[in-house]
Amino acid sequence: MLLRHTDKEIKERSALTVNPAKTCQPIGAMYAALGIHNCLPHSHGSQGCCAYHRSTLTRHYKEPVMASTSSFTEGASVFGGQANLLEAIQYIFTVYNPDVIAVHTTCLSEVIGDDIPQILARAREDGEIPEGKYVIHCNTPSFVGSHVTGFANMVKGMVHYFAESGGKKLDQINIIPGWVEPSDMREIKRLAREMGVTTVMFPDTSDVLDAPLTGRHQFYPKGGVTVKELQSIGDSMGTIALGHFASSAAAEALDAKCNVPYEILDIPYGLLATDRFIDTLRRMAKVEVPESINAERGRLVDAISDMQSYFYGKRVALFGDPDQLVALSEFLVTLNMRPVYVVTGTPGKKFEEQMSRVLEEIPEAKFKQAGDIYLLHQWIKNEPVDLLMGNTYGKFIARDEDIPFIRIGFPILDRIGHSYFPTVGYIGALRLVEKILGAIMDRQDRDCPEESFELVM
Amino acid sequence: MKVLDGRKKQVFRKGEAPFEFDCEKQSLAGSVSQRACVFCGSRVVLYPIADAVHLVHGPAGCAAYTWDIRGALSSGPELHRLSFSTDLREYEVIHGGEPKLYQALIQLIERYRPEAVFVYGTCIVGVIGDDLEAVCKKVSALKGIPVIPVHSEGFKGTKKDGYKAACAALMQLIGRGPTDGISKYSVNILGDYNLAGEIWIIKDYYRRMGVEVVAGITGDGRVKEIERAHGAALNLVQCSGSMNYLAKLMKEKYGIHSLQVSYFGIEDMAEALYGVARFFKDAEMMKRTQELVSGEIRAVYPKLLEYRKALAGKKAAVYVGGAFKAFSLVKALRLLGMETVVVGSQTGSKQDYALLKELCDDGTIIVDDSNPVELSHFIREKNVSLFIGGVKERPIAYKLGIGFCDHNHERKIALAGFVGMLNFAAEVYQSVMSPVWQFTPRYMQSETRGDVHDECSRTVCP
Repeated sequence: MLLRHTDKEIKERSALTVNPAKTCQPIGAMYAALGIHNCLPHSHGSQGCCAYHRSTLTRHYKEPVMASTSSFTEGASVFGGQANLLEAIQYIFTVYNPDVIAVHTTCLSEVIGDDIPQILARAREDGEIPEGKYVIHCNTPSFVGSHVTGFANMVKGMVHYFAESGGKKLDQINIIPGWVEPSDMREIKRLAREMGVTTVMFPDTSDVLDAPLTGRHQFYPKGGVTVKELQSIGDSMGTIALGHFASSAAAEALDAKCNVPYEILDIPYGLLATDRFIDTLRRMAKVEVPESINAERGRLVDAISDMQSYFYGKRVALFGDPDQLVALSEFLVTLNMRPVYVVTGTPGKKFEEQMSRVLEEIPEAKFKQAGDIYLLHQWIKNEPVDLLMGNTYGKFIARDEDIPFIRIGFPILDRIGHSYFPTVGYIGALRLVEKILGAIMDRQDRDCPEESFELVM
Repeated sequence: MKVLDGRKKQVFRKGEAPFEFDCEKQSLAGSVSQRACVFCGSRVVLYPIADAVHLVHGPAGCAAYTWDIRGALSSGPELHRLSFSTDLREYEVIHGGEPKLYQALIQLIERYRPEAVFVYGTCIVGVIGDDLEAVCKKVSALKGIPVIPVHSEGFKGTKKDGYKAACAALMQLIGRGPTDGISKYSVNILGDYNLAGEIWIIKDYYRRMGVEVVAGITGDGRVKEIERAHGAALNLVQCSGSMNYLAKLMKEKYGIHSLQVSYFGIEDMAEALYGVARFFKDAEMMKRTQELVSGEIRAVYPKLLEYRKALAGKKAAVYVGGAFKAFSLVKALRLLGMETVVVGSQTGSKQDYALLKELCDDGTIIVDDSNPVELSHFIREKNVSLFIGGVKERPIAYKLGIGFCDHNHERKIALAGFVGMLNFAAEVYQSVMSPVWQFTPRYMQSETRGDVHDECSRTVCP
């Protein structure tokens, strides 16, 4: 098999990454920018970056992904990318006519030292940015952080460029959803609506990357947070930022700029994290939790009670992005399962802090930031697990070690559904436990001897 | 829709004006181009060499995006499907990445004992100035295997330049191996990447003709075979964009002749075999080839006619990486009774486009380095039922409510060979005739170009 190359023996290899559990910043910035209405993400670098990001996002979301590139050449790498970016801005407003161009950098433009704010100022002076149109930017050097960092940086860029305080507070709450699926963003908005809370979600990729088939290719689908909404976030009563890695930078920046108090919560995966989200929203918006939401919660707890005996003690290995892993591990502990190995490729000490809190009761648990999937596989080889959860790249390990596998995270290249069905909230948690139980029971049915192949569970 | 001034000469409508076509240009900055970079070009060409380690020297992204995305199958080792990178960080950007590269190479070679290592330079390496050549040389001397730098810094040209860099890297392998025992009837297969197992089909045909295949370059590729490639009597070049350069280098250095071939479609496939038989001037071989071709055609033709019945008269749009592939597709579609009304490529040459023009019917739109806006516009204007393209084009086709066929590296079904033609017809048929399209309106623009008035061609319109 493919991963027979993985050695059981773990040796030090700091110079070499094998099978990464992350990718680079710019793709995160591109995904975030797609969550602005009428926005064209722009990659300031070589053509390949933009093509790779669009391809990867397309494979994951099964949707057209539009983004432009500065098409760097050798000349740009010597003389800087200013001419390319100026030309690009002019071209984009003429041909693609977005409301917003969201520029992110790449390793190349970072290393040659392009000063984006200065270039944008020049474009403004030259009158290349039409009235009522915007060019925003963020720096996303590929050699720092990961795709999650890039996402966080672009969201922070939205705050930097759009947030204003008009002096008068508006009866609305900001929600920074973190890097979750369009379906998750839709579900978070539904929960808030159910509670009677007006929200501004940024970014918001629902109705952008899960657009219906209409017979037309809409270059800018109807979803996304609008410029007007973004301009109002400075007057919101508060901000709920979901996920430390993807969302805290923007929440902090907004507080610093416009005095909007914020709370950083985990992504609402599972029971407890959703409880905290609902409760925070309740406090912040000064509303009551409606019976309908309590009933959703009740159904989740009911399902868990029906399933708990099958979950008990199951060892789980997980990999992916830190915000997802923290919330997911907590949920697994709630289910009485044992998340024993957790690896993220995204660097950040905070992850280890968070994981040691979440996994306090799992003394045998190992977790690592800035790790790779190869390492996770080595851990599994040394002591096996009952279940593997992570993005599509996990399928190699799942096949090689014959472990049930649940796809969650980014990217998912070989299944469809993640962008339609939420993982967040009580309903999302129901979907998760359904999947987990399904994976465990399918395995039992496959492996058990015929005499214990039972009809009733 | 307005075609941009700077691109006017990259769009041509056959029969309307004299042929003045521009291509092989840098994309305009700001375009939503479907093109990729130099690194991408090198990576796809060398990727199928399955017993080599492919190390991406750069930040993790370039390695992550090219990790096992191409279904280039191997009949043996699968080292090529792992993702190795030096994951350059800020420290190396400031202090240089050579020590990290050196260490990574040593660790990789000790762990995997590969036959060779390819080290891909990325944008950042080109700027921070790591001396790939020197590090590779040092490790090669130390470990006794070829460690080959690939000069694929993303910004140093187009994807085509990446192909060239890959060919240059291959030239470092070719010539290292022994050539004794190679038949006088021998070929190298250049430019087939064994997607969905296609090279196995082709190799089988040549074997049945009595021709020895010395090396697949690079489909189902092996280092030791490529090292002997200079012993072959003939180079068969399929993907001209990527491999003409290698054929040229091998001609200069080893005097090996080359033949342009294509394995797509019945006509081109047959010609690819006959051409070889003619080259070797062996009557027996020619006879075997004739039998092979007629047998294979007999096996697929009746079924093809059935598909043709359903598909005849439908229109297709083709947008592919290299223009050479487009020739075969136009012909293959014609065999199915379909007319290609839009055809374009990311990297075609002037010569390619002139040939395309000859091949296509009047009114066909020929386009270079296109973008989603243009493509969706042309598709609607021409009332296309099938779009053939790559990963980024698929969802656009579906959004327009038309069928799609992946003729790029994400295809899962072999499209080469006679059997491939049948697979192709089946794939086109299932996609074009899918019942799902009846649930969505299909809009086309009325004949007058640029008319914004939409007409719905379906009876049920929301």
